Amino acid sequence: MFPEYDVIVAGAGHAGSEAAAAAANMGSKVLLITMNMQTIGQMSCNPAMGGIAKGQIVREIDAMGGYSGIVSDKSMIQFRMLNRSKGPAMWSPRSQNDRMLFASTWREMLEQTPNVDFYQDMVKSLIVKDNRVCGVVTGLGHEIKSKSVVITSGTFLNGIIHIGEKRFGGGRVAETAATGITEQLVELGFESDRLKTGTPPRVDGRSLDYSKMEEQKGDEEITGFSYLDVPKITAAQQRSCFITYTNQQVHDILKTGFDRSPMFTGRIEGVGPRYCPSIEDKINRFAERDRHQIFVEPEGFNTVEIYVNGFSTSLPEDTQYEALRKIPGFENARMFRPGYAIEYDYFPPTQLTYSLETKLLGNLFFAGQINGTTGYEEAACQGLMAGINAHQKAWNLEPFVLKRNDAYIGVLIDDLISKGTDEPYRMFTSRAEYRTLLRQDNADLRLTELSFRLGLASQQRMQQVIDKRKNVEIIRQKLNSLFLEPAEVNPFLESIGSSAISEKQKAAKILLRPNLNLKDLSASVASLNSVLQQYSNDDLEQTEIQVKYERYIEKEQELVERMAQMENLVIPDSFNYDGIAALSNEALQKFKRIKPRTLGQASRISGVNPSDVQILMVYMGR
Amino acid sequence: MLGKLQDWNDTIAALATPQGVGAIGVIRVSGNDAWAIVNKLFPSKNLQQQPGHTLHVGLLKSGNETLDEVVLSLYKAPKSYTGENVIEISCHGSFYIQQQILQALATHGARLAKPGEFTQRAFLNGKLDLTQAEAVADLIASNTAASSKNALKNMRGGFSGILGNLRDQLITFSALIELELDFSQEDVEFADRKKLYNLLSEIGLQVAALLQSFRLGNVVKNGVQVAIIGKPNAGKSTLLNALLKEDRAIVSDIAGTTRDTIEETLNINGILFRLIDTAGIREHTSGIIETIGVERSLEKMRNADLVLYLFDVREETNQSLQSAVQTLQGQQKNYLLVGNKVDDNGTTFEQDFNGLGNIVFISARHNINIEVLQEKLFSLIVEDKSLLNDTLVTNTRHVSALEKVQQSLHEIIDALDNQLPGDLVALDIRRCLHFLGEITGEITNEDQLDYIFSKFCIGK
Repeated sequence: MFPEYDVIVAGAGHAGSEAAAAAANMGSKVLLITMNMQTIGQMSCNPAMGGIAKGQIVREIDAMGGYSGIVSDKSMIQFRMLNRSKGPAMWSPRSQNDRMLFASTWREMLEQTPNVDFYQDMVKSLIVKDNRVCGVVTGLGHEIKSKSVVITSGTFLNGIIHIGEKRFGGGRVAETAATGITEQLVELGFESDRLKTGTPPRVDGRSLDYSKMEEQKGDEEITGFSYLDVPKITAAQQRSCFITYTNQQVHDILKTGFDRSPMFTGRIEGVGPRYCPSIEDKINRFAERDRHQIFVEPEGFNTVEIYVNGFSTSLPEDTQYEALRKIPGFENARMFRPGYAIEYDYFPPTQLTYSLETKLLGNLFFAGQINGTTGYEEAACQGLMAGINAHQKAWNLEPFVLKRNDAYIGVLIDDLISKGTDEPYRMFTSRAEYRTLLRQDNADLRLTELSFRLGLASQQRMQQVIDKRKNVEIIRQKLNSLFLEPAEVNPFLESIGSSAISEKQKAAKILLRPNLNLKDLSASVASLNSVLQQYSNDDLEQTEIQVKYERYIEKEQELVERMAQMENLVIPDSFNYDGIAALSNEALQKFKRIKPRTLGQASRISGVNPSDVQILMVYMGR
Repeated sequence: MLGKLQDWNDTIAALATPQGVGAIGVIRVSGNDAWAIVNKLFPSKNLQQQPGHTLHVGLLKSGNETLDEVVLSLYKAPKSYTGENVIEISCHGSFYIQQQILQALATHGARLAKPGEFTQRAFLNGKLDLTQAEAVADLIASNTAASSKNALKNMRGGFSGILGNLRDQLITFSALIELELDFSQEDVEFADRKKLYNLLSEIGLQVAALLQSFRLGNVVKNGVQVAIIGKPNAGKSTLLNALLKEDRAIVSDIAGTTRDTIEETLNINGILFRLIDTAGIREHTSGIIETIGVERSLEKMRNADLVLYLFDVREETNQSLQSAVQTLQGQQKNYLLVGNKVDDNGTTFEQDFNGLGNIVFISARHNINIEVLQEKLFSLIVEDKSLLNDTLVTNTRHVSALEKVQQSLHEIIDALDNQLPGDLVALDIRRCLHFLGEITGEITNEDQLDYIFSKFCIGK
């Protein structure tokens, strides 16, 4: 009934869908197996994509030819570029999305991708031969062969849902859990553990009083995530979000449910995300705060359902309900679905190599929550990388690895496999030591060519990058050769409160002034406008960032170069750590288990001291 | 570049005492087979059966030929300098004998050690950490009490302790700023900018003090070059003798790079003064001095830290000294005028020669005011004696990292002053942390290791 596939992907969430698309677009024959064809590309938690650090990841996925950016653009109901007032490294695109449209767009795009087959079933075990995986066995008993397998199990592996004292198996509410894989892998020597995550209640928008909340509108300019020209909503079509706050009364009611909370009574063993805590966690940990922010987010264009962001909880439904109704604007709220917590299996990611292949079993790749991460964007980018590398493996090609100074994706994977994680891992800009280089505006300049050479990013994307590079260069030259006269530029400078010039000055120099942007400058200075008007906003903005922040970009580049020798020093696979007397015992054990590829990676392993790295360095003859 | 991995299992040997003729020399042998290899040259005992930390006298032989009568000091791994099996062979101080022994060791499987290799092995076997290894290098190079004290201080942590603490505090601020950035959509607490300014200025003060200490540290480590100039009849030889008499016990002739230049060294309060005795001074080629005068001598002594201008108080006048002083000042040289041949009757010359800067009056022949001269020399170099008890920076690697720290501090403050966005401030802070880390050892790069291990001589 089934041919032999190049790549089988088990799971069709953000990670699985990206994996299937990437491998198929590179030319692999792919089978995407999901337990439910109706929930492909499901947003299990909040109806939003991007945000700080996460928005950069979506841009990177898009630059490489992944689908998340396009799907987000096509299904958005609101767009904002966060942190515009900060430096460009902090600018972060974020969208609110129509949950149903997002999922159907994903399915549609996958269906339109040649080489992707679908099958609705559960993968219950792997076919293993000589420490290599060569296919899967499904719940219905099919044995399906493939050269590589990618597992993206999300919260489904032995998932257990908690609401108050109620507890039942499930991968999401109203969906059954997946079983079998963990037990088989543990038998084969894998280490597995439990994590927990949670989601807030959904309410009926018709029952809310928005006049008691602050409105949060979308941007006037919608730039979106994709570098391709994807049709998007207009500014006027956007839906607003609303902000309200909890109060002491809300907290008091929530506390009455603590004795029935699965969190506090010890029924949940898994560790939850520290940076996305449940409301009961917040009250407990930040007892001094008398209120917490709540974002009221619409679930879509054609629904009245509302997502209560910031109110994730696993307290009993009646407690959730009573507390909700004390929030300003929620006095008459009707609940659609209660919040809940879910526990699931993950495999500590130090068991993976840089290509996301497991060290114990060849041809087996993991992506998403199975690796201990949280977040759609984190999952999607791992899926993309696992899909690429599953294809590479199937075709006997070199693994594709991004470095920490290439992309947030490189930071994420290096962190996971070097440090591991014992709580759900979320990306932050602070995790990227070269943040100023890894901006949302230059993901295409950083990554599209790499992906194009790999055979993933399209010719069209590559051509766009070539044009962008060329145009930026030309605009830079023009800004450096064009002198602006005081008469033509002073009125504009005065209007933005910047001091006037007394003699003519280079346009590039004027651009360095704070609170001044090229688009506005060009709009009011005719001589500048005449040379720049033919260029796109994207090209102008890219040039502006490169000119304005040149000094900072150079400073960070210098640090990259200072550390490059560490990153380029490869530790041979055969390296024998035993017998290096000076290594600390902890470092010795970790080095042997993680097998760092470079000295740079060795230095990032937790529990490894600088002295351990110095010893390795000297030992290696440096 | 030091040896690759495969080099680490063999046995190495080298002369551990300075080359040249001395009463004895020590050859150090280290490695798994050190005892076995030496035993092949030392037939009178089975060394393998001897405990560590024992001494053994006997003949060292290559075949039937006796090389020397030696004392062996046995150290068993890991209780040795390198952490390996070690034997130190105390032999006679003849260059020929030492070469014969090293050759015999090589014949039996030992390899000649590369510079720094013993210390490198000590480091790899956990006997020393990197800062200690660096301090060992400094200690070996030190030849006065003050410089060895400083090297020892660095070996125990030194200023990296102070900077490490400040770096930790800066990391806390960095974390707060990162928190603001990553949670800018939520209402989180902000890093207290005023406290940050305070911390930055504290780090700035420490770094500036350490950088300032480099001049003194350099003096402590390398000594002070003093050029003595003056007309032929001013009494330079007598002065030299008078100065050296004060400290005869530790004065020695050190062969310089050329045969023409002999250095006399003088230890004043633990600081080494190198009195440069060039041909221009020692030989009374009066023509040069008299016609070209001070200028020509200065040309020759461009590297001097201090110029001592000696004159005969009965021959010079205030006016005739003016031109010498002007030349010295023009060269921006630290100088000391020394009026020689003051009368025994105690007549002072201060009046005659005032307004000329640093000046001392002595009689070299009658040993008058020689101690005053020494104190003056010392105080010209060490402005504040108490600084000698502080930590001194002696290492150019540290200096360049400190300069980078200083620059990045300015950039952080600039960014704060101009109210630049937090992510740009954070980048400057990261750079500062990086450079501080290069000093405290948190961040290592290859240059640093090269620097450290290349400073050693063979056998150390």
